[in-house]
Amino acid sequence: MADIAEPQKKSAAVSNNETAERRQTPRWVITVASVAVVLIIWEIVGRQINPVFGSYPTAIAAAFWELLISGQLGAALYDSLRPFVLGYGLAIVVGIPVGLVVGRFRVAEAALGLYVTAGYAMPLVALVPLLILWLGLGFAVKVAVVFLMSLFPIIINTWLGVVAVPKTLIEVGKSFVAPDLVILRRIILPATLPYIMAGIRLAVGRAVVAMVIAEFFTTISGLGAVIINSANNFDTATMFVPIIILMVMAIGLNWLIGWVERRVAPWQAEISGRDRE
Amino acid sequence: MGEVSFVEVSKHFTLHVDNEVHHVQALDRVSFAVRDGEIVALIGPSGCGKTTALRVAMGLDPANSGRVTVDGREVRGCGHDRGMVFQHAELLPWMNAMQNVMFGLEMKGVRGKQLRETAERYLDLVGLGNSKNRRPHQLSGGMKQRVGIARALAIDPKVLLMDEPFGALDAQTRETLQVELLEIHARTKKTILFVTHDLDEAVLIADRIVVMQSGRVDDIVEVPLSRPRGDLSIVRGLPEFNEVRYKIWRMLHSAPTVH
Repeated sequence: MADIAEPQKKSAAVSNNETAERRQTPRWVITVASVAVVLIIWEIVGRQINPVFGSYPTAIAAAFWELLISGQLGAALYDSLRPFVLGYGLAIVVGIPVGLVVGRFRVAEAALGLYVTAGYAMPLVALVPLLILWLGLGFAVKVAVVFLMSLFPIIINTWLGVVAVPKTLIEVGKSFVAPDLVILRRIILPATLPYIMAGIRLAVGRAVVAMVIAEFFTTISGLGAVIINSANNFDTATMFVPIIILMVMAIGLNWLIGWVERRVAPWQAEISGRDRE
Repeated sequence: MGEVSFVEVSKHFTLHVDNEVHHVQALDRVSFAVRDGEIVALIGPSGCGKTTALRVAMGLDPANSGRVTVDGREVRGCGHDRGMVFQHAELLPWMNAMQNVMFGLEMKGVRGKQLRETAERYLDLVGLGNSKNRRPHQLSGGMKQRVGIARALAIDPKVLLMDEPFGALDAQTRETLQVELLEIHARTKKTILFVTHDLDEAVLIADRIVVMQSGRVDDIVEVPLSRPRGDLSIVRGLPEFNEVRYKIWRMLHSAPTVH
């Protein structure tokens, strides 16, 4: 998952590098150079390979253009994003309160903690056939797969975050006679935010994978269908288009989450000094 | 009014260290009283129970036996009649100075215009009127503790409880804050019970000093220095200051202590 966090940090510096007056190369320059080197090497190596076994950037770009103007790509993206957004959104909405409660209350931790830990390691792919029996082959089962895959990292991170809240901060609340719910909302929740955001970030990668799995194993649709159909036709260049779109999407979402984090928890970046980087 | 009484307060902990169970008698029948408007310092070596005594008085830890009363009412949990100043200020990092002070007030039920005005008044009192929009990490150690003091004073408690409030500060800042605390005390007449391991600080600030050793009150020493004591350079030169200081120093160094 570290590979997902990296580009976010790099793009985070883009808006702030004006202050970097030291003689250091700005992060975005390094990122752009890195991407350029990878693309050039891929292009050179890829052209030597039989187009069934591999592809290269310009061929993929051409396939992308074709998919785009035929309208196929837009439709597939729309099909994929609907269950993705709903499942991932639900996981955030459910995961944060569950994590807060499990972390805060001894009884909840003892009663539910092990299901959360087990759920995180659950081989979800194996359960997809069962989910199909329950929910059918359509939209609902895709939402469920995305939801189940992204829920647990969010719960676990929130839970860990609550456990890591300094006891003294809670005692500040107690000493001013703050009710439990106020302590949870105004002390524990903000103190846990960096962990929650990390969980939401980790969940992005899992949600993207879940979306494709769901499209492979249920009604073949969306970006997953583009992958399968082009693979079946030995059209490797076209197959790469949705894969790269998904990876770019993950990077974009990750950046968006980082941006949201700096908005809702600005003190965090200030404390760690990342705002001046 | 703000009288605090410790009556035969005992408190023990069980510690698990490498599979061994240790029973620690943190407080052993501790009794003493703080009069209204008085400043009392609790001093003693680390582990003597002085912080535990303060936490019991705040209601953060329950006593196993005995009781603490504030104006005759027994302490059962935290209350707005006591204001706590923590060792490292413990400001909420996501709130600015103003919001931190308002937090305590909101918990007391203060709302609206009165909320802002009270918070501003107490930030002015501790000399932070111009820094009220700064968040804790934008404040120096001394400024943070000033906010901590303002937060505790703003709820207008009967008693101010301070847990080594200046212990983490550099020597100069500490002296500045000691003088400021004396000034605040002169203006507000609050009863103050504070814990310190700094003998000079105890003698400079307190009316009486409770000397603790291994969970017991060893002695209670009167400080025969008149108020105001605003100019510490004069106070430090007084023979009375040095006599009291030396007397307590000998007490602390004569008894064998467990660390």
